[in-house]
Amino acid sequence: MTTSYELASRQLLAPVSIGEQEIDRLLGELCAHQLDYADIYFQASRLEAWTLEDGIVKEGSYNIEQGAGIRANSGEKTGFAYTDDLDFASLLSAAKTSRAIAASGSSVTVPVSLRHQPALYQPVNPLDTISREDKIQLLHEVEEHARAQDPRIQQVIVSLVAAHDSVVVAATDGTLAGDIRPLVRMNVHVIAEQQGRREQGSAGAGGRTTLEFFITGRGLNLAEEASRQALVNLEAVDAPAGLMPVVLGSGWPGVLLHEAVGHGLEGDFNRKGTSVFSGRVGEQVASPLCTVVDDGTLEQRRGSLNMDDEGTQTQQTVLIEKGILKGYMQDKLNARLSGCQSTGNGRRESYAHLPMPRMTNTYMLAGEQEPDEIIASVDKGLYAVNFGGGQVDITSGKFVFSASEAYLIENGKITVPVKGATLIGNGPDVLTMVSMVGNDLALDAGVGVCGKDGQSVPVGIGQPTLKIDELTVGGTA
Amino acid sequence: MSFDANAKQAQLQSLVDTVLKHAREKGASAAEVAANSSHGITATVRLGEVETIENTSDNGLGITVYYGQRKGSASTSDLSDGAIDEALTAACDIAKYAAEDPCAGLPDENLLAKEWPDLDLYHPWQIPVEETISIATACEAAARSYDPRISNSDGATVNQDEGVGVYGNSLGFNAGYPSSRHTISCSVLASENDEMQRDYWYSTARDSRDLESVESIGRRAAERTISRLGARKLSTRSAPILFKPEVAAGLLRNFIGAISGGSLYRKSSFLLDSLGQQVFPEWVSVHEDPLKPGGLASAPFDSEGVATSARDIVADGVIQGYVLSSYSARRLGMETTGNAGGVRNLTITPNTESFEEMLAALDTGLIVTEMMGQGLNMVTGDYSRGAAGFWVEKGEILYPVEEITIAGNLGQMLKDLLAVGNDADYPGSIQTGSWLIRAMMIAGE
Repeated sequence: MTTSYELASRQLLAPVSIGEQEIDRLLGELCAHQLDYADIYFQASRLEAWTLEDGIVKEGSYNIEQGAGIRANSGEKTGFAYTDDLDFASLLSAAKTSRAIAASGSSVTVPVSLRHQPALYQPVNPLDTISREDKIQLLHEVEEHARAQDPRIQQVIVSLVAAHDSVVVAATDGTLAGDIRPLVRMNVHVIAEQQGRREQGSAGAGGRTTLEFFITGRGLNLAEEASRQALVNLEAVDAPAGLMPVVLGSGWPGVLLHEAVGHGLEGDFNRKGTSVFSGRVGEQVASPLCTVVDDGTLEQRRGSLNMDDEGTQTQQTVLIEKGILKGYMQDKLNARLSGCQSTGNGRRESYAHLPMPRMTNTYMLAGEQEPDEIIASVDKGLYAVNFGGGQVDITSGKFVFSASEAYLIENGKITVPVKGATLIGNGPDVLTMVSMVGNDLALDAGVGVCGKDGQSVPVGIGQPTLKIDELTVGGTA
Repeated sequence: MSFDANAKQAQLQSLVDTVLKHAREKGASAAEVAANSSHGITATVRLGEVETIENTSDNGLGITVYYGQRKGSASTSDLSDGAIDEALTAACDIAKYAAEDPCAGLPDENLLAKEWPDLDLYHPWQIPVEETISIATACEAAARSYDPRISNSDGATVNQDEGVGVYGNSLGFNAGYPSSRHTISCSVLASENDEMQRDYWYSTARDSRDLESVESIGRRAAERTISRLGARKLSTRSAPILFKPEVAAGLLRNFIGAISGGSLYRKSSFLLDSLGQQVFPEWVSVHEDPLKPGGLASAPFDSEGVATSARDIVADGVIQGYVLSSYSARRLGMETTGNAGGVRNLTITPNTESFEEMLAALDTGLIVTEMMGQGLNMVTGDYSRGAAGFWVEKGEILYPVEEITIAGNLGQMLKDLLAVGNDADYPGSIQTGSWLIRAMMIAGE
């Protein structure tokens, strides 16, 4: 079988006459300065997007992004340059610019060699596996299905995105690796109207696969889910305000973990001592019911990668085990400076961005409680099942995440839907207040985007149903 | 590396012409092409040492083709002939599959800009990288020496950037202009007891001579960080809220989002049919000045070549005009407002002399200096966000607060605007002083 590296280098490097000899020469040029590490990241991506609105597919777009980024590390210093021109002269010029971060001299290098790599997803091009006619038909079917749910559904927008990303990484530590990364996504957004009141609902799904993923009924499910949410929101009353028990549903509510602990456990912040979790490995940071992992090895998941953007194979990293902080997520730079190994979390938005420690799929392992028992244990509180985005200040530990579908729990029973509200907490405290964890672990449907320092990367999140004894709910009532 | 803006502009304009010609050859009845190229250096110094030096160099070309009322788009970061041909072919193919949209098409020819004044947007900052580093070093040093409680740093960053943007369409429009933008920022941490806080300050300008001094940027980053130490939570309550300029600008941006064409024709706004309606108190006016010399968002024409001009978006509290592109205007049966690509340089007229006066008017309530999360439902205006700031009693700032939320409805918040200060000092293309709002729900302990 042809490896991802061979495919990627055939698509990406062969057309511009870059072979291993040219790569060796570029690495050699970098090593003429006193560097600890340097790498070259070649990338070519194609993305196609379609949007259906007002019953017609009125728009489609196609995006090409390609180039190479060259990075040089010396101690804590990084020099970086990139070019969208892949001819050898441009690459050489970028190498000379980035190596200028260190004085001339010599660096230790390891001759590059190919590494074995898993195949968590197929090296396919999802732009091509179904025809444009079929893509358009799929959009129409989903739209009509959403409208058919209820006459109150007024506005329907369906979008479909397919991306194909080829990368090759070569580094002075001997890394030579490549990956072909398919990624697809569908989103359905609806507005329902009843007696002059308008409310929205949305649903999305995706993964590292082809668009056939949505033809098997998943597209129609999204139409049902978005419509259901909008109709629920038509009945929503004002959300409560204040400190109360909160039950979070399984799946997407895992945005809690991403914000409350995930970012704070990234290796760069901890090396610099700027995270509220810095220097706390071995300490209790969550209730003993909580085990949280970051796992880039789940098949076809949006946050999964055969290798990270530094060519390191991804892995399952235990961040918190039974409440004890076990470790951080690392890229090569921060691992070297912290005296540990990369955990395969070195990621970058594109060749024009520097890699840094980023999450892949971050989730909490299942517990033992039935979800019904968890809800029944709450006298008066909030049950939140769908969320929009979140944000964290990793230094103070304060984080927010915003519910888009939530209900009141009264006397152990789910009663009325409430309007969206932001929940706020403190990262190091919130998981210590987890008193029940469900047996229903679910991952999100595959639409997560994480932003850090202006760079966006696809990620996954997940959790079982869980109960937090006290969390501040930002309603108005 | 050097950047010759005139040569680059001529090169991009010629490229745009070529692509427009190729689009015609492929049978497109109309087409538009935007191209840009920029170049810069970003240096970050942390704890007195260079951390990163990034050399940026970005190119882009966007193509939209029309076959009658069918539309297709494509873009590429690679300006080689092969990539451009691939993008153009894809755009043409997509257009063939897209449905006819009666509103699709180029702007009306008579609305295209006929002349463009020099808006003083191009001031390259040609300093060697060593000098960039020393500026960042001085900025961070000013922050770190401000107070012994400044314990750590996220560094100071100096960025210089210059570029050219060009737009052309098959109506014969083809124009561009160079611009520059430079930024100095600084972010530091403070510790006291078990608490750690972080904040930042920055300055950004078209001309490096208009940047705030490095000492001032560093000092303000440190002041803001120190002022957060000792933060408490509040109990849940309703109270008046004073939004500082850095967060008030976000409220104004949210308001603009609600009167933008895309939200309106999708009926995804809480301000549907608000043209001519009173949405603010009578004393409020919001002004847009796209032709402001040296303005951060200034542009002689919008992103589809339509001439821009100064206007009141709100006068006497009443909405005077929406924020429209040609497409959204046609959807609404209106004329474009020259806002393809967004609003450009907004100001809101203050009705208060000083921040002290606003504090007195607030009396007992919350000053908000930071908000977290997205928390705005544009369809309903429902608003709920994380917040941090200061608690005030009888006009006196008592202590910093954090880990609270503020909630209300944006439509109501605009009506409840009691005062706008003259203390606009936060960098950016939206300039506003602080906003005092009658009351919102604060959720906390």
